[in-house]
Amino acid sequence: MAENVTPRVRVPRSAAVGEVITIKTLISHIMESGQRRDGDGNTIPRSIINTFSCDFNGQNVFSVDLKAAVSANPYFEFSATVPEAGEFTFTWNDDDGSVYTDVKAIEIA
Amino acid sequence: MKISRRATLALGGSAALVAMLPLPAFADANDDAIAAFTGGAEMADTGLTLTAPEIAENGNTVPIEVDAPGAVSVMIIATGNPNPGVCTFNFGPLAGNQHAVTRIRLAGTQDVVAVAKMADGSFAKASANIKVTIGGCGG
Repeated sequence: MAENVTPRVRVPRSAAVGEVITIKTLISHIMESGQRRDGDGNTIPRSIINTFSCDFNGQNVFSVDLKAAVSANPYFEFSATVPEAGEFTFTWNDDDGSVYTDVKAIEIA
Repeated sequence: MKISRRATLALGGSAALVAMLPLPAFADANDDAIAAFTGGAEMADTGLTLTAPEIAENGNTVPIEVDAPGAVSVMIIATGNPNPGVCTFNFGPLAGNQHAVTRIRLAGTQDVVAVAKMADGSFAKASANIKVTIGGCGG
């Protein structure tokens, strides 16, 4: 149900082997909490992103289980170790079954 | 159906009982959420840092930060929200360090609690009181 969901991710273009880098992610999403009511007094059903995960070449870096108390447009900042050149894969799972993904490549400097 | 005085009293009494019930159940939800995560284990007071603003003007986006060296996962609980669970961070094998930042919703002034599960199976707990000027639960 969520509209205009756009993931945005910031990863450095290159890193040294074994370097720890900071990754910032944001996805535009209303994160309807299920607590609000519409004009007629009916509860608006919950519609949130329930899990987020970041993997590097198939190995897990960081994941989050989200509940309704995470703000709209969920933002995460975390760090990753870069053992080799490769790709970061970011995955967000929506309550309605949609899956949003983004991929960022990183080189060894 | 004729409602006798006795029936009315009994009805009122049971209604009052039902109305009182949710209160203790509500307070226990926080402890239940923590117990479900730790399995009832003891929690140390050190090893986990929860950074949050003292005063949040807008309860819709309150920035929080956790730092827990050696943790595998960290759970955040908002004790004064309708549902206490906020989110759980899981750090994988390639995590650079056990530090994460996000933004959460708070219904009002309350304590936010973080519980970290360490790699050795022990647990640590940290909490922060946040004063919220405008709550973030719609309404």
